[in-house]
Amino acid sequence: MSEPAGRAGPERPFERTTLSEPAGRAGPERPFERTTGRERPTPATARSTGGPGTTLLGAAAWLGLATTVVLGWRLPPTREQGPYARLIAIHPPLAWAAYLAFGVCAVASALWLWKRTRAPRWDRLAVSSAETGVVFCALTLVTGSIWGRPTWGVWWTWDARLTSTALLLALFLGYLALRRVAYDPEARARRSAVAALIAVADVPIVHFSVDWWRTLHQGRSLAQISPQSDLDGSYVSVMLLGFCAMTLMYAWLVVHRCQVEAMEEALESEGLDVALEERRAEADVARAGV
Amino acid sequence: MWRDAMLVAGKDLRIEARSRVATNQVAPFAIVILVLFGFALDPDRGVLGRASAGLFWVAVLLSSLLAVQRSFAVEAGDGAADGLRLSGLDPAGVFLGKAAAVAAQLALLQVVLAIGIVVLYDADLGGPVLLVATCAAATVGLAAAGTVYGVLAAGLKVRETLLPLLLLPVVAPVLLSATRAWEAGMGISVDDGWRWAQLLAVFAVVYVTLGVLAFGALLEES
Repeated sequence: MSEPAGRAGPERPFERTTLSEPAGRAGPERPFERTTGRERPTPATARSTGGPGTTLLGAAAWLGLATTVVLGWRLPPTREQGPYARLIAIHPPLAWAAYLAFGVCAVASALWLWKRTRAPRWDRLAVSSAETGVVFCALTLVTGSIWGRPTWGVWWTWDARLTSTALLLALFLGYLALRRVAYDPEARARRSAVAALIAVADVPIVHFSVDWWRTLHQGRSLAQISPQSDLDGSYVSVMLLGFCAMTLMYAWLVVHRCQVEAMEEALESEGLDVALEERRAEADVARAGV
Repeated sequence: MWRDAMLVAGKDLRIEARSRVATNQVAPFAIVILVLFGFALDPDRGVLGRASAGLFWVAVLLSSLLAVQRSFAVEAGDGAADGLRLSGLDPAGVFLGKAAAVAAQLALLQVVLAIGIVVLYDADLGGPVLLVATCAAATVGLAAAGTVYGVLAAGLKVRETLLPLLLLPVVAPVLLSATRAWEAGMGISVDDGWRWAQLLAVFAVVYVTLGVLAFGALLEES
């Protein structure tokens, strides 16, 4: 993801290569698109998904994450959990990023479904956010499992939080599977937007059902931020840093993923035209040679 | 809307009554599942008896997949989907009708399965009021969620494999709640079964509402 200077700054990260943009403006202001010299450049031939804004965002995200890891590694071991308590620097922030991603996916789907705000970028944001969220959700389960093995003695337990998180992951894996099916983009956007909203509507029900079912997981991590908390202050501050870093990481990934989606769409709709033009040009040259 | 729902439900049920797919394929499939559970869990009647509520609902869930797929397979052939769209029926009515037809089949299936677990697993169906109330709420929820996802997956080449992945995680709360309510009703656990039945009712209301709202948009383009 190299980051040449782009015309649109970080404030318009989703609109840069929409198909409606006027053609023939290749030049210093749109350098992320390769000019082939023969025909106008298209999003389909763009080489990068970034710009200066995303470079800054990415640098901040990686810096924050690295700082979190280093500081988390140097946290003092606790009496009950030993060194494993240090996972608090990563695990709750990952879960937060997953919730954030699925929330953004639901909002973007609703915005797409609502006719007055319908725009292709909401569909792109929804799929990008869901995909990123699935990664964060899976990582949440993995880190929790790594923590649970030495602390609880098991990799997995049928606890309310674990079960509902696993179901959340399954719901959005289904959503992504629905998106993978190739058909008309408009129909795909509509169906997947409805599927996302149905999945999100299921989340509170899943939460209540497994909460009544059985509960072992400790309370919310953010509830530990109070003067009465027995959690060490350094733990809280590292965890909060982790929340910020993971939020930035999410934003960075989503911006790039949206751009990839836009390029894919452009490739599908314009790539064929470009290829046809190239073939015709080749044929012309060959004919002229004869 | 209600008149349209009755029309669609009547049509679907007439098709099922004449084609006999539900009675000749779906119901035997459910019984096969019960027999397979018997193989998997040892012929020890103690285990099967204690697990009978959960096994009953797993069998209902798996059979409901077939019922939903069947419900949209009959719309796939002979331009039936176009006919449905051209008929001028209210989409919400179409949704309610299709869901009602699925629910009616599921209700019959549950009767068969209940007899099955009594005979095969030696289950004791005490507390019939709670059991029937649970069945009613769970059936409406399953049929509504199944119909919404059925139309989502309709017309896709991969619908047979996609539908279970989409539907089963969504109806997981139904399995959980209905199992707990049945265990309470059958005297296996001392849980408050009515709380679980309430959750099932909430699920049913949410998915019937979602279906009524969303079905029009999904039917238009599918």
